Amino acid sequence: MAAIVLISVGVLFNIFGCIGLLRLPDVYNRLQAATKCVTLGCCSILLGVFIHFGLTDAGIKGLIAIPLLFFSATVAAHALVRGTYHFGVKMTEKSVKDEYKSDVI
Amino acid sequence: MRYVSVFILGLVFWLLITFRFTVPNIIVGAAASLLCAAIFAGYSMTGTLQMLNPVRWFWFLVYLVTFIFSCIKANLDVAYRVLHPRMPIKPGIVKIKTSLKSDFAKTLLANSITMTPGTLTVDVKNEYLYIHWIYIRSEDPEETARIIIGPFEKYIKKFAE
Repeated sequence: MAAIVLISVGVLFNIFGCIGLLRLPDVYNRLQAATKCVTLGCCSILLGVFIHFGLTDAGIKGLIAIPLLFFSATVAAHALVRGTYHFGVKMTEKSVKDEYKSDVI
Repeated sequence: MRYVSVFILGLVFWLLITFRFTVPNIIVGAAASLLCAAIFAGYSMTGTLQMLNPVRWFWFLVYLVTFIFSCIKANLDVAYRVLHPRMPIKPGIVKIKTSLKSDFAKTLLANSITMTPGTLTVDVKNEYLYIHWIYIRSEDPEETARIIIGPFEKYIKKFAE
């Protein structure tokens, strides 16, 4: 039962992330939705898998995938957003502030 | 010392991910971990011995609880902004100063910021962090720093410095 609830919550958050990916205006805001919602959604699904299978082969694999996913997703988001900025993609017109521009070489 | 810690970490990871405790499997895992330790240990974090201190583990657990709470809050926050018909966003990049010194602590702080409500680390330069914020709530640099890194910085300083 708990496994079903966790997996449903994970799928729901993944859907929110995808909606955010479509609706938000520029690449920086889209990455916000993509990293946060999708990472926690996947972690929730993996936790559900662990509860469903218990301390077996598949369950342990699901559990150790969680920290890997956390670190790789955050580092990938950072690398993507930095690369995009240096490539010269403009921020949306709604932006109110950019303190990075004056300091970047 | 750090070669040994990378080797043990690699071997434990191998055994958990293959999940077969036979002798050939352990030998292959040990060989792979040895190779990884020889190549990558030079880049790994410094000060592995001080992580054996139990006080640091206590602060690490406190940090983990704070982190998971803010992570769930971040998801609800993003879901609200995405599903709201008018999309209440006011994005921008702000610059904040951190007092953390070691690379490991700064990496952890940057990762925590990425997972907290509405913020995403763009770059880390020396002691400044550049952060993309989806809804800027304050113009004052100190207030900004308090909102974004306030919950994490003090705990990370206690266990990772």
